[in-house]
Amino acid sequence: MATSHQASGIQAARLDAAGIAENFSDLHPAYDAHEAAVAADRCYFCYDAPCMTACPTSIDIPQFIREIQAGHAESAARTILEQNILGGMCARVCPTETLCEEACVRETAEGKPVEIGRLQRYATDTLMEKGEHPFTRAAASGKKVAVVGAGPAGLAAAHRLAMLGHDVVIYDAKSKAGGLNEFGIAAYKSTNDFAAREVEWLLQIGGITMDYGKKLGAELSLDALKADNDAVFLSIGLAGVNALRAPGEDKDGVRDAVEFIAELRQADDLTALPVGRNVVVIGGGMTAVDAAVQSKLLGAENVTIAYRRSRDDMGASRFEQDLAASKGVKLMFNVMPKAVHGNGSAAEIELEYTAVADGKVSGTGETVRLAADQVFKAIGQTLEGQPDALELEGRKIKVTETGRTSVAGVWAGGDCASGGEDLTVTAVAEGRDAAMDIHSSLMG
Amino acid sequence: MADLTTEFLGIKSPNPFWLASAPPTDKEYNVRRAFEAGWGGVVWKTLGAEGPPVVNVNGPRYGAIWGADRRLLGLNNIELITDRPLQTNLEEITRVKKDYPDRAVIVSIMVPCEEQAWKDILPQVEATGADGIELNFGCPHGMAERGMGSAVGQVPEYIQMVTEWCKKYYSKPVIVKLTPNITDIRHPARAANAGNADAVSLINTINSITSVDLDSMAPEPTIGGKGTHGGYCGPAVKPIALNMVAEIARDAQTRGLPISAIGGVTTWRDAAEFMAMGAGNVQVCTAAMTYGFNVVKEMISGLSNWMDEKGYTSTQDFIGMAVPNVTDWQYLDLNFVTKAKINQDDCIKCGRCYAACEDTSHQAIAMSEDRVFTVKDDECVACNLCVNVCPVEGCITMEEVAAGQIDERTGEVVSGDYANWTTHPNNPSATAAE
Repeated sequence: MATSHQASGIQAARLDAAGIAENFSDLHPAYDAHEAAVAADRCYFCYDAPCMTACPTSIDIPQFIREIQAGHAESAARTILEQNILGGMCARVCPTETLCEEACVRETAEGKPVEIGRLQRYATDTLMEKGEHPFTRAAASGKKVAVVGAGPAGLAAAHRLAMLGHDVVIYDAKSKAGGLNEFGIAAYKSTNDFAAREVEWLLQIGGITMDYGKKLGAELSLDALKADNDAVFLSIGLAGVNALRAPGEDKDGVRDAVEFIAELRQADDLTALPVGRNVVVIGGGMTAVDAAVQSKLLGAENVTIAYRRSRDDMGASRFEQDLAASKGVKLMFNVMPKAVHGNGSAAEIELEYTAVADGKVSGTGETVRLAADQVFKAIGQTLEGQPDALELEGRKIKVTETGRTSVAGVWAGGDCASGGEDLTVTAVAEGRDAAMDIHSSLMG
Repeated sequence: MADLTTEFLGIKSPNPFWLASAPPTDKEYNVRRAFEAGWGGVVWKTLGAEGPPVVNVNGPRYGAIWGADRRLLGLNNIELITDRPLQTNLEEITRVKKDYPDRAVIVSIMVPCEEQAWKDILPQVEATGADGIELNFGCPHGMAERGMGSAVGQVPEYIQMVTEWCKKYYSKPVIVKLTPNITDIRHPARAANAGNADAVSLINTINSITSVDLDSMAPEPTIGGKGTHGGYCGPAVKPIALNMVAEIARDAQTRGLPISAIGGVTTWRDAAEFMAMGAGNVQVCTAAMTYGFNVVKEMISGLSNWMDEKGYTSTQDFIGMAVPNVTDWQYLDLNFVTKAKINQDDCIKCGRCYAACEDTSHQAIAMSEDRVFTVKDDECVACNLCVNVCPVEGCITMEEVAAGQIDERTGEVVSGDYANWTTHPNNPSATAAE
C-alpha cells in the first residue's frame, strides 16, 4: 500500500510502482518514422541556417533534417555526431527552446518551430539502435592524453582525441562515467539508462581507457599527469555547492538538490526513494526545476520553487518553468530564504520578499512562512578541488577559446572552465574544440 | 451564392464540375454517391465493344509522387477501360440518368477504328438517354497497343474519321478527348473540329513512369517484377493541361470550339483558371480519387464565393476571359520593368531567396550580418525565382518600375511605350518601326 501524498515528513512510497513508472516516462517520447517524416517536412532548409548558428556545437541541422526527409536517418545521425558525439543526449536535454528551436524561422512564422531536438533524437536513436559506431580511429599517433572527469566535456574530448589516433585515459572520481548526464538531469529526460548506454556506445571508438575512483587532488596530481602524458584535459565540473547562509540550514531535511537528483538517478526503485510532503526548492535554474518536478513526480503533496529574482531572470527556460507549473509545482518569485524552522527537522521555511535595485537583491522585510519538511538548495555549484597552479577567471578555470589554461600542456572545458553556458551541449563543444587544439599542438 | 448552373453543348448541369471518365465513374454505385455529394455531371468510365470485357492486371495499378507531408501531387495508372460487361454498364447508365435528370451523364467510348464497331455501339448508348458521348482517344497505356486510345489520338486523320462516324450514327453531342502525348495539341484539335466534333476535352493522361524500386530494380507500379509506363495525372500535370487548353482556345482554326478541361483540378481556383482560359467546364479525377467525392463541396463554395466577390452571375461571365491575354513570347512588352521587393515585416529570414539568387540567378539579393535580405535593384532582372522559392506567400512581390523612372540595372529611363522583340534592334529580322 502506497503512502499517501498527505503523509507528513520525508517518506518513501508515496506512489505505487505504476504511478512512478507513468510519472517518470519519457518527457518527449521518441518519434516513430511517420512522425519524424511529418516533422522533417516542415524544415525550410534555410540558407546559413539560424538554428545551426544557435547550436553551440554548430550541427548542420538543415542537412541532417534533409537526410531524414530523404529516408536515411543514419546519415543524419552521422551529420549530428560529427559535430556532437553526445548528440543523442543533447537531443534529450538541450534547452532547444532557447537554442536551435528558438532561432527556427518557423518559430518566427508560426510560433511553432521545427522540432529539431526530437528529430535529432530520431536520427541518433536510429543509428544507436543498430549498435553501430560510425567513426574509426586514425593511425596511432603514439601520443597519450589524460582526461580528468568523465562528463560530457571529457567524453567529447576523449572521443575526438581517440579518433585522431591518440591514446586516452579518462579518470573520474566516481565509479561510473557520464558526469551530470548520469548523476544530474531529470530522470524523465534520460530514460532506460540512456546516459550509460551512450557512454558504452561512444567507447566503441577504442583507444579510451576508463580509470574510476581517481580524484584530482587525492589519487591524482596535475604534475604527475603532466609528466606521464603528452597533454592533460581537465573537465572536473563544479563539485562544490553554494550554501543558503540562513539559520536552520543544518536541520534535518535540508539538503543539496544535486545530491537528491544524483540519488534519484542512481536509485533502482523510485518507490523506495523518500520525499517530503511539503517540499521547497530554493533556486531558479535547471537544477531547481529538476529537483522540484521530480519531487512532485515522486508524490510530494506541495512543491514550491522559491527564487529570489523575477521570472525573467530565472536560469530555467520558460519551457522548464511551464513544465514545472504543469506538474503542479508552485513558482514563487522575489523571495529569499530567511530561516528554516523546526525542532531538529525542518517543518517550515521563512521566506522574505525581495526587491531588486541596480541588479542587487535586498529584502523588503515582509516575510511569509511555508510548510517545509524538505528543503532543497539549488542555488548554484562552484568550482572545487582545482589545482592551485591554474589561473582563474571569476570562479572558473581561465581558458582560451580553444580551452588552453594558464599552464602549458593543460587544457580545460565544461562547467569548470570559463566561457559558455553550463550546458551539456556547450561542454561537448568545448571538449571537442580542446581536443582539436591538443591534436594540432601535439602533431604541429 | 452565385448560380453555378452551366450549360455545355446544351447540356445543363448544376455546376461545372464533372467527374472525368475514370475509376470513380465505373459503376452505378459510385456515380450515385458522386451525385449525392454534389457533382454536376459524370463522364462514365470508357465502354468497349460488345463481347468479353478487357481484363486488368491483378497487381498494383497506380503509382504516385508526393510533396511535403506526403501530399499526393501526381498519380499514374495502368488501368484499362471498364472491365465490366457492356450491357451491365448500359443498364446502369439508363437507371442513373433517369434518376438524375438534372445532372450531365456523358458516356466515354473506345472501340476499334472500324466504322462497324462504332455503328454497333452508338445506338445502344443513345438508348440509355445519356446526354452525350466522349471519344477516348487518349489512354496511353494498354489499349494503345491494340490500336485504340492514344494510338488514334496521335493520328489526326483517324480522329477526324472516327468523329465523322460518330456524328453520323449518334444524334447528341460528341466530345473528343485528346491525348497530350503529341508534339502540338492544335493538330488533333483541328482534326476533331474538321470531323464536326461538338467539343474537345483535354488532357488525357501523360506517358509516365513514376518511380523505380531500387531493390527489385523495376519500375513502379511493379507487377511480377516488371512494370510499364502508365498515364500520369493529378496536380502535377495542371500547367501542361492549361497550356494545351490555351493553345486550342486561341488557335485561329479552333477558336470557339467548346473545351472541357481536364488536368489536375483540385480546388475551385484550378477550375476558375481553366474556365478563364476558355474551358466551358472542367472534369476532375485525381482530386476525387485522393480525397473522395466530398472535394466537390469546396469547389462549389469556392467558385461561388469568388464569383460573388467579382460580381459574376453566371459561369458564362468569365469563360475565356484570359484567352486574349495569352500571346507569343515575341509579343511580350520588353519595356515592362519590374523589381523584386521583400516585405521585411513578413520576412521570416530563412534566406532561401538569397540562396536561390546568389547560387543560381543574378546575385541580386543582399544579406546583412543580422539576416536582413534586400533586393539590389541594380542587379535584379525580375526573374521571379525569389518569389517562387519564398515559403511565405506574398512576402516578396514584383513591383513595376513606372514609366519615366530609371531602371537601375540598365541605367535607362523606363519607357511607357510598348515594344517587343519583333522591333528590337538586336533581332536580325526585326521590322523597322515607323
